[in-house]
Amino acid sequence: MSFVGGLLIGTSVWLMLVGLGRVTGVSGIAATALTEPRSSGWRFAFLLGLMVGGAIFANVFGLFGTSVASTPWLIAAGLLVGFGTVIGGGCTSGHGVCGLGRRSARSLVATLTFMAAGMVTVAVIRVMNGVST
Amino acid sequence: MSLTLKDVARRTPWRAAAIALTAGLVFAAGLTLGGMTDPRRVQGFLDIGGIFTGRWDPGLAFVMGGALLVSLVAFALIKATDTPWASAKFELPTRRDIDARLLIGAVLFGTGWGIAGFCPGPALASVLIGGADVLYFVAAMLAGMLIAKIWFA
Repeated sequence: MSFVGGLLIGTSVWLMLVGLGRVTGVSGIAATALTEPRSSGWRFAFLLGLMVGGAIFANVFGLFGTSVASTPWLIAAGLLVGFGTVIGGGCTSGHGVCGLGRRSARSLVATLTFMAAGMVTVAVIRVMNGVST
Repeated sequence: MSLTLKDVARRTPWRAAAIALTAGLVFAAGLTLGGMTDPRRVQGFLDIGGIFTGRWDPGLAFVMGGALLVSLVAFALIKATDTPWASAKFELPTRRDIDARLLIGAVLFGTGWGIAGFCPGPALASVLIGGADVLYFVAAMLAGMLIAKIWFA
């Protein structure tokens, strides 16, 4: 199912590419929709589909997320994700799926860096929580 | 003279919105089916220490693999002479430089991703159903984006 999910994400990237001539970078779409709302009609349409689709398909597939952090940590993490993706010019979709798809060395470096940072962070959390690694 | 789907799409701006809306829905379906909207599974994937204890969840590698497979083919098939269905031209990223901001941004993003188990797409896909936790995360994420945009404007 993970692989099928990936194929669907790829299909969405293909549709945005052939339809709008754009990369599907969610952080860039969200950040630009905030700062340039007048020219962001398609961005709001994509974000609407993403949010409504998320609600629909969670119920269709019966797949719901479980929170892994307390509220203060979630807020800190949200700030880091928002700030970091704008500074770094992309997230898992923009650098990870589209950037690697375009065979961009810049995106490969970004992807390896945020994956490594995520892995180190989870390792630190595991150690702090006293789980053996 | 034939009128293709592409010609029609380019003449009617609402088509751009319809395409983007559809892409958003398909993206959400893929994230959900792939397990990306479950922070526990994302952390389980990033938890590479678990490789040695059997705790590791490789699922997200398959999500990335499947998405990348289609993405590689999609971008490889685009030719310089093509025109998108619903816009005048391709507007793809052109930057190739690897600078400090790219690396610092990626480290900060990766750290937040590890703490919460959410990156921007899955967080937004969960915002209507995830309760207060996801709302706090998304509000903070949008604030972080605005701060960075204003700071580096």
